[in-house]
Amino acid sequence: MLAYTVKRLLQGAATVWFIATATFVAMHSVPGDPLANQRATSEEIRRNLEERYGLDRPVIEQYGIFLGSMLRGDFGISFTQENRRVNDIIRENFPVSATLGILAVTFAALGGILWGALTALYRNRLPDLVITFLVILGISVPSFVVAALGQLALVNLNAAVGEPLLPVAGWGTLRHMIVPSLVLGLGTMAYLTRLMRSSMLEIADADFIRTARAKGLPPTRIFLKHQLRNAILPVVTVLGPAIAAITTGGFVVELVFAIPGLGRYFVTAVQQLDYTVIMGTTVFYGAFLVVMVIAVDLLYGWIDPRVRLE
Amino acid sequence: MTPPLRFQPADFEPISAGPPTAAPSRPSLSYWQDSWRRLRRNRRAFVSLAIVAALGVFAVAGPWIWPRDPAAQDVDQISQAPALPPTAAIVDPYTPWAGVTAEPPADGPRWEPASAGPSVTNLRLAEPATTQAVRLVWDGVEGAAGYVVYRSVYDPAPDRALGLPLGDTVGAARVSYEDRLDVEERRYWYSVVVLGEDSTERDAYATLVVEPVRAVSAEEAELRGWVADASRISPGDTIALPYHPLGTDYLGRDLLARLMHGARVSLFIGVVAPLLYVLAGIVVGSAAGFIGGRVDQLLMRFADFVVALPFLLFMILFKVAFGIGPGESGILPMLVALVLLSWPAAARLVRGQILQVRQEAYVAASRLLGAKTGYLVFRHMIPQTMGVILVTLTFAVPSAIFTEAFLSFIGMGVAPPTPSWGSMANEGIRTMLSHPHELLFPAFAISIAVLAFNLLGDGLRDALDVRMRGRE
Repeated sequence: MLAYTVKRLLQGAATVWFIATATFVAMHSVPGDPLANQRATSEEIRRNLEERYGLDRPVIEQYGIFLGSMLRGDFGISFTQENRRVNDIIRENFPVSATLGILAVTFAALGGILWGALTALYRNRLPDLVITFLVILGISVPSFVVAALGQLALVNLNAAVGEPLLPVAGWGTLRHMIVPSLVLGLGTMAYLTRLMRSSMLEIADADFIRTARAKGLPPTRIFLKHQLRNAILPVVTVLGPAIAAITTGGFVVELVFAIPGLGRYFVTAVQQLDYTVIMGTTVFYGAFLVVMVIAVDLLYGWIDPRVRLE
Repeated sequence: MTPPLRFQPADFEPISAGPPTAAPSRPSLSYWQDSWRRLRRNRRAFVSLAIVAALGVFAVAGPWIWPRDPAAQDVDQISQAPALPPTAAIVDPYTPWAGVTAEPPADGPRWEPASAGPSVTNLRLAEPATTQAVRLVWDGVEGAAGYVVYRSVYDPAPDRALGLPLGDTVGAARVSYEDRLDVEERRYWYSVVVLGEDSTERDAYATLVVEPVRAVSAEEAELRGWVADASRISPGDTIALPYHPLGTDYLGRDLLARLMHGARVSLFIGVVAPLLYVLAGIVVGSAAGFIGGRVDQLLMRFADFVVALPFLLFMILFKVAFGIGPGESGILPMLVALVLLSWPAAARLVRGQILQVRQEAYVAASRLLGAKTGYLVFRHMIPQTMGVILVTLTFAVPSAIFTEAFLSFIGMGVAPPTPSWGSMANEGIRTMLSHPHELLFPAFAISIAVLAFNLLGDGLRDALDVRMRGRE
């Protein structure tokens, strides 16, 4: 177990290095001048700015400096916002994205397990058909459409009630978080519902369920203790990729609902060619995802003792 | 004790082939025939296949059937909701109007200081309202210093403002107003408020609902290209205006034409990108699976790295890194970025399949019988993996359509004015509250396409799965 953990962490470190390198290469092949929209009005000012950001050095040396400062956890200074450190930008904006993501994942996981179990219980009957239809809809409608329609519905709901029931946009209180996290989690919830349904149906045919039934256990107990608990296992395996999809896919929701998260910041940074912010954000997200996937894998080995971690 | 066996020469004679005991009652079906038969029996998958085909026709043949330029602006019909074909009445060219001057009726209301009222009475149209001019007349109020005319596109209910102040008249006898301010073919609420002696407005007002008729002069119609020859039409005729069956967007561009050209872009990316990266995956995966050893490890470790990249962030990064030159649509950078980031999944799948098929007894038997590598590959490996690859391809299409739509939505996709469903949705979201059709049509198109490909993928998976054979 320990050897496995160390091995995974080493692999994770290599992956983060690869992400950082790929980001560096991609950024340095971007056409355009990162100082163009700056106040590099004269040659002298331009030289000073290049020196400050290290742009005057050879690319390979820049790469070395980039890796070195990244190892110390320092992503440099923003190109467009003077004297603002990228670390501070991440520290300020990531908690917002993370809160949104955690709420969305929680909602998706709970909803997925609940609806999936319900559809399996009412197999081929009305609740199953209705939920399956909604699931197909949830998988097929893009998140930005769901976000826009959610906002439209909220506007109309507030107008119908006559007072602001829930805020239409913005961030701050729990009331701001409800609708965006519902919208963000919807696609994943649909996917998990589907997974949970097939998992439940597969378990229903298992030998141990028949044994439990033969022993005369009450159906509720079989359903909750034997079927549900075992059916949740495959859902846990996809939670890692689901967290990845939700946290990085959050920027549409952040854009539509005007939430000051890191994703929205990333889009702005790309538009402004803010080198350091782009590289810092990408590497940070990449590292975050790697850690999440490793954590879920380890968690899975702990939950399901049959899985040997090697 | 068993008696010792005694063989006669006759025991070694071949047995003559008698009549077969049981002949197959039906001709045997090949793998693909059987799969096709099962796909056709799956109604949901078959309907999806029909929708996919219809979308293909919509994208390929649509712009031929509806040959309207998706970038052409119709400035007379901006943000037009889907409606019946619009028409315009031909009228005489505009002539100035002197207006109406009439003393307020003697028995009418009088202006009094320190009261909210009174308002004008008998607010009416001097002549039928057209988009050329709306001419209002009313009965004046004795003692008024003048009148202010307001126009609104909403009903001025008690708590609502009267709208846009168009202008005011001076003197109690000046009881008409001509509105020529950008009059459109829609419902207007005109309100007239009395001005007191000190030029303060009174609270009371009279409102008239007016629905102007779209009208142009014959010369103007020819100038705008609505009729070929102005001399062949005369006032009183009705001409048809350019028709937009699905309405227009916020720049007056035809939504149906944009949806068709957008389908070309979205479906092109949605189909070609998966084809390319599945092909790349087949090459890498089969190389890894066949060669094995170091090469296999190296390729697969690299695939692991690429999978770990945050997909959407890198899509954006690559899109920016490849750049879009002036006049380019940005489709090619998106294809390249998609292929660069998406091949590992297909490569892993193909490698796994090849490793699995290599273990099969029939491959060993074939090799035992002297089959060459090429024969093994084309006779056994590729047909075996083809089904799985086809299913992967079908499921890759909706995710590629999603990615394109997503990138175009956040403004990182195809460059305007190239339409794609995602960029149309992006533009539609701005006018979502007042003109929802601009968002709903592209959103519906994306959803239908993704839904059809998803259901088709489900059906194909069921149909191509060999283990499902004979279980119906």
